[in-house]
Amino acid sequence: MSIKKDKKKIVFESEKDMPTMPMSLGSMLWNKTGSWRNIRPEIKLEDCIQCGICWKFCPDMSVEIENEWPVINYDYCKGCGICAEECPVKCIAMVEERR
Amino acid sequence: MKKVIMGNHALSYGAMLARTQVIAAYPITPQTQVVELLSEMCADGTLNAKFIKVESEHSAMAACIGASIAGARTFTATSSQGLALMHEMLHWAAGGRLPIVMGNINRAMAPGWTIWTDQNDSLSQRDTGWLQFYCSSNQEVLDTVLQAYKISETISIPSMVVLDAFALSHTYEVVDIPDQALVDEYLPKFKPYATVTPDDPRAFDGLTGPEHYMELRYKLQKDMEKVPALFEETGRQYEKIFGRRLSAVEPYLCDDAEIVLVTSGTAGYTARVAVEEMRKKGLKVGNLRIKMFRPFPFEDCRRILAKTPKIAVLDRNISYGHHGIFSQELKSALYGTGNQAVFAFIAGLGGRDITADSFREMIETVSRTDRPTEDILWIGVKR
Amino acid sequence: MKKEKKMTLTLPIEEHIGAGNLACQGCGANLALRYVLKALGQRTILCIPACCWAVIDGGFPHSCADVPIYHCAFETAASTATGVKAGLDMIGDKETTVMAWAGDGGTFDIGLQALSGAAERNDDIIYACYDNEAYMNTGIQRSSATPSGAWTTTTPVKFPKDQPKKDIDAIMAAHNIPYLATASTSYPEDLFKKAKKAKEIRGTKFLHIYAPCPTGWKSRPEDTVKLGRMVVQNGIFPLYEVEGGEKYTQTIKVKDKKPIDDYLKLQGRFRHLKPEGIAMLQDEVDRRYARLLKKFENK
Repeated sequence: MSIKKDKKKIVFESEKDMPTMPMSLGSMLWNKTGSWRNIRPEIKLEDCIQCGICWKFCPDMSVEIENEWPVINYDYCKGCGICAEECPVKCIAMVEERR
Repeated sequence: MKKVIMGNHALSYGAMLARTQVIAAYPITPQTQVVELLSEMCADGTLNAKFIKVESEHSAMAACIGASIAGARTFTATSSQGLALMHEMLHWAAGGRLPIVMGNINRAMAPGWTIWTDQNDSLSQRDTGWLQFYCSSNQEVLDTVLQAYKISETISIPSMVVLDAFALSHTYEVVDIPDQALVDEYLPKFKPYATVTPDDPRAFDGLTGPEHYMELRYKLQKDMEKVPALFEETGRQYEKIFGRRLSAVEPYLCDDAEIVLVTSGTAGYTARVAVEEMRKKGLKVGNLRIKMFRPFPFEDCRRILAKTPKIAVLDRNISYGHHGIFSQELKSALYGTGNQAVFAFIAGLGGRDITADSFREMIETVSRTDRPTEDILWIGVKR
Repeated sequence: MKKEKKMTLTLPIEEHIGAGNLACQGCGANLALRYVLKALGQRTILCIPACCWAVIDGGFPHSCADVPIYHCAFETAASTATGVKAGLDMIGDKETTVMAWAGDGGTFDIGLQALSGAAERNDDIIYACYDNEAYMNTGIQRSSATPSGAWTTTTPVKFPKDQPKKDIDAIMAAHNIPYLATASTSYPEDLFKKAKKAKEIRGTKFLHIYAPCPTGWKSRPEDTVKLGRMVVQNGIFPLYEVEGGEKYTQTIKVKDKKPIDDYLKLQGRFRHLKPEGIAMLQDEVDRRYARLLKKFENK
């Protein structure tokens, strides 16, 4: 079992489509919390020591691991800055978000 | 098997025969014998259930809710202050569409402290979304528990089986305790609408915004509206298996009646004594006992009382600042359907006896005038 | 990439709560549940009362988690969990872990009676309280978990909270439950171990998890992890476990206990405190810590 990966927001057109019990039918992945961000983390991988601390302390599961390297998922990263603050080699910079 | 048992034990036997799986309850007079007998049944293996001895009625209903959403058939029983403490959770159980069945022994609300009967405890819960059945005999209590599970589990709405304190809860009557095999046939294993399980992980009863909340409530009301027909159907099935018919309302000599006494709970039997007496005197009096209060049996009441000129409702309860609650409900059911005069009597609060004399007085009062002279006609108040 | 090294992971990679959730930036409550579920695994049912997580989850008809959740009434986390566990037992599921997941208001205040009831019966549940030291979800009102001296919206700076934080751990230890532990989101490996241990023990387990709240504490979101470390190192929130109500073991040793000043300075909720006020708080912390130290068997 894994997190339901459907990314669509569920909106019921009619009560007939709704379950009798108020119960969840989909995930929250439709909610791109990346839009909350004012500053964005950028990882300088040349300096990264692959310690996993940024992954470990991300409250939003937005530091992903790809081929043994940390990658920020900007769709959901809320820009809290914990990864940059906690990085022991300071290879993550928080830079102004430009949209 | 026939047994002489008290009303409270009729609830316990009902829960046992229903093969209730989880019981969570807290003791309160006059409910205690219900849970004492169930504790014994769980201890000696007569009933294979978990009995959670919670620290409050609030937790009792919360635990029932948890057990029900986990997929177990659940039961509790309480009374008065205990039911009031549960109030928040009654909304929760109904809003979460969990088919919990509970027994409530009608006991008046404090202060002053009281343990004697009236209906203000359960009627204060009328808007919580529970089905409510007011019983008048121990046999009916047992039968109704089984039918309540059947209805509740079909339609995902919880049920309250209500009986008068002492007048029924502590009164011993002969009760036919049906065979387990027959009960199993009538009430098969609980098949929940959905359960909280890691195999199909869902979040239940979460935050619901204005875009969806109203539809959920609409669905609850629409299902409530299906209950009268479902009651009829499950009542007929019950009769087929057990030989006893269960009805949402019980009319007695109403067809030609010029005065119908409307009652609920045990008062109905007392009313019949007066009815028979009056009939002997040539007065056309009948009795309509309303068993199902939620949903209110609009159609039955309209049909039975369509041509009754005078209706005398006996309320063992009061909505302060308004009238007795059954009279309110009945008036709203009959509104615009005919020209009946509804006389709203209040009697028996806090356990004061309702006797045949009470009904004689009602009939006298109703006979004297075409229309009620007062909004509330009090019986037996010392003034 | 240049190196062949493997990424160091001190916790399992599986996640049971997902992105898109409604937690604030730098939320400690998110970290807390993330770590606990890594330990308990997917076959865990959560009973969540009114608290931040009632909102974070997402709301009907969505959920950010891949574990089943029952959203229950405020004061019923423990009693609902007890009911769920009993229901599972009766339908033949003896494996699934049932956990009440509540905030400090739902634990220290309104839910304390139900929690005490479950603990006295020794019901087989984990009760986890993520403690952000006030009613954060309703807008930062004081709870009995709010520390003395703190500003909240109901303890304004002119009249900050003048009662110390309720000692919930002593209360729970007094129930002689088989397992109790304090934890901080900044020591995830320690928290992970404690949650794993709780899962294996039958009876009532209580986890008290310190979970910083940037929104309510007026701290910077990036300081969440720092605060969770400082609070352990300055003795305000020592990390330990209690077995059977009597065996106290400190799990994160504090070698040289730091003063509380730096910790307070990072939080706007303490900004109004004058040196005398800080000295009083320091005194309170020292006394509490000394009292606790005496109980540790692994001195």
